Amino acid sequence: MRTRNAVGRFGEELAARYLTTNGFAVLERNWRCELGEIDIVAREGDTLVVCEVKTRRGLGYGSPLESITYRKLVTLRKLAGAWLQCHQLRPAAIRIDIIAILLDKNAPPRVDHLRGAA
Amino acid sequence: MTLAQTWSVALVGLEGHLVEVEADIAQGLPKTSLIGLPDASLSEARDRVRAAVVNSGERFPDRKVTIGLSPATLPKTGSHYDVAIAVALLAAAGAVEVASSRRTAIIGELGLDGRIREVRGALAMTLAVSRSGFDRIVVPELNAGEARLVPGIDVYGVRSLRQVLALMRGVEVPDEEPVRAEPRLLSESLTRVPEVDLHDVIGQQEGRRAIEAAAAGGHHLFLHGPPGSGKTMLAERLAGLMPELSTEESLEVSAVHSLAGLLNGEAELVRRPPFIAPHHTASLSSLVGGGSGVPRPGAISCAHRGVLFIDEAPEMHPLTLDTLRQPLESGFIEVHRSAAVAKFPARFMLVLAANPCPCGLSGVQNAVCKCTPQHLARYQQRISGPIKDRLDIQRQILPAAHRGSDLDPSEPTATVAERVQLARDRQAHRYRSTAWTLNSQVPGALLRRDFPLDAPSRQLLEDHYASGRLTGRGFDRVMRVAWTLADLQGTPQPTLDQTHEAFQLRTGDPLTPYTDHRPLKGPTP
Repeated sequence: MRTRNAVGRFGEELAARYLTTNGFAVLERNWRCELGEIDIVAREGDTLVVCEVKTRRGLGYGSPLESITYRKLVTLRKLAGAWLQCHQLRPAAIRIDIIAILLDKNAPPRVDHLRGAA
Repeated sequence: MTLAQTWSVALVGLEGHLVEVEADIAQGLPKTSLIGLPDASLSEARDRVRAAVVNSGERFPDRKVTIGLSPATLPKTGSHYDVAIAVALLAAAGAVEVASSRRTAIIGELGLDGRIREVRGALAMTLAVSRSGFDRIVVPELNAGEARLVPGIDVYGVRSLRQVLALMRGVEVPDEEPVRAEPRLLSESLTRVPEVDLHDVIGQQEGRRAIEAAAAGGHHLFLHGPPGSGKTMLAERLAGLMPELSTEESLEVSAVHSLAGLLNGEAELVRRPPFIAPHHTASLSSLVGGGSGVPRPGAISCAHRGVLFIDEAPEMHPLTLDTLRQPLESGFIEVHRSAAVAKFPARFMLVLAANPCPCGLSGVQNAVCKCTPQHLARYQQRISGPIKDRLDIQRQILPAAHRGSDLDPSEPTATVAERVQLARDRQAHRYRSTAWTLNSQVPGALLRRDFPLDAPSRQLLEDHYASGRLTGRGFDRVMRVAWTLADLQGTPQPTLDQTHEAFQLRTGDPLTPYTDHRPLKGPTP
């Protein structure tokens, strides 16, 4: 359990750095409420981006993106609403992004940024 | 590159339609959808392609993938789109150059490990691709043999998806290089010795005469007699008497056989007239073609340009047998199903064999038939009048004890086949200005106008007509058989004897020399 948390934490750290380098402003990390957790909340221009980070160490169980199910997406949507209500914000646009990170022992980690997961 | 296309083929009957396979990779969670009216086996292509791509060492795009097969309204069936889908997908993902796949059609089923399995109907598909002006076609290596029979198109036989990708990338092809096909000389595959020979048939002069005439003129044949008398033996030797198929005929037949899955891997063109013998329990759709969705060819189409032999014909369901009436006239069959209408060729020679009655002993000397007259009548009525009427030659085949003491060595197939070939040449020469090549095909009107019988022969048939032994249609049919007998003997026109024999062949009377039985004609009151 501990290693898995470590992998996840490492991935989230990586994702946050990736977003910052790509011109996103990271607003909040690991925001929790009774519905669940948002890994990263960021802002890109006028758009509020709710980010789910998924990290895997190999493709044995499929790509990290494949682990995002429809149900997970629905939860993310609800979480986005909860976050906005909590902060009393009304941004011009809201988007849900998935950042998939594939770790490899012999190569630098691969970051795959999926914008606007429907 | 997020959009790419390749080409494949859909078959409706024997007619091929080019199908554009498009792959689009869009932003979105991983999902693959396949659109364009796929059936169940085609829907499964998604999973096959995915596994094959990954196991060929390529990356399957983890985005939203849409694969479209167009024309979208044409129902598509079968697994032969797999390779085209995989290549379109990888081209859309940028893994392979799409420009190089432009004038290329691709067919083949993928195994999960990326191997390419053979498909049915490759010959008809290749024909369609070639006619559409494509330069090359990629086919499973096992189908390359038949595909190479189509002139004017480069055929690449491949074993795996890896090989296809190497071919597209222009790099060295792994494992073994798929050989670029040279158009094969058709004459190379001409020789095939029939497995059975007429030499094995002892006696049976009348039966031999009947199948010789049938083979020469393309006449339908009815053999009846007690069990074990040699009906099947004779029928099996009929196809061996017929000449080789012409190049065009052989392409037609091979295409049907390819679709029916009758060609084996190292396929050559079917050069010999096929001999197809469905069991009498055959269902209607197995005989004429059918199946759900897009129809497949049946036994009568597999027997195209050859022999369709139905043993124990009265045991077959009369309705099933009657479905042969239309193709017997037209030479093709149209099969209508919800998804498509398919037209298959079906110009076959029909050979029916039957016992005389349920117990099989009716008409045999020194044997007692146990059937009641009602039994007998009902049994014989199971072959309907319209079918019987189309059987130009009827022969009773008697068992061993009755076939005389002729101990002369029997003629082998080769000798008889030579006579048949000569007779067919004469017919082809005589009808050279018409669309027909065989006596059995020539319309009666044309025969009466351009090639009339001489006066005594016509008088003979007129007499039989007047006495009611010959119908109007029967008149024409006897005339055709008479011409065939003349062609076999090399006489310029049917003689009275030949016409008499043709009449006996039709009615099933024993073959006896002609004698004038006509009553003396006096002045009629």
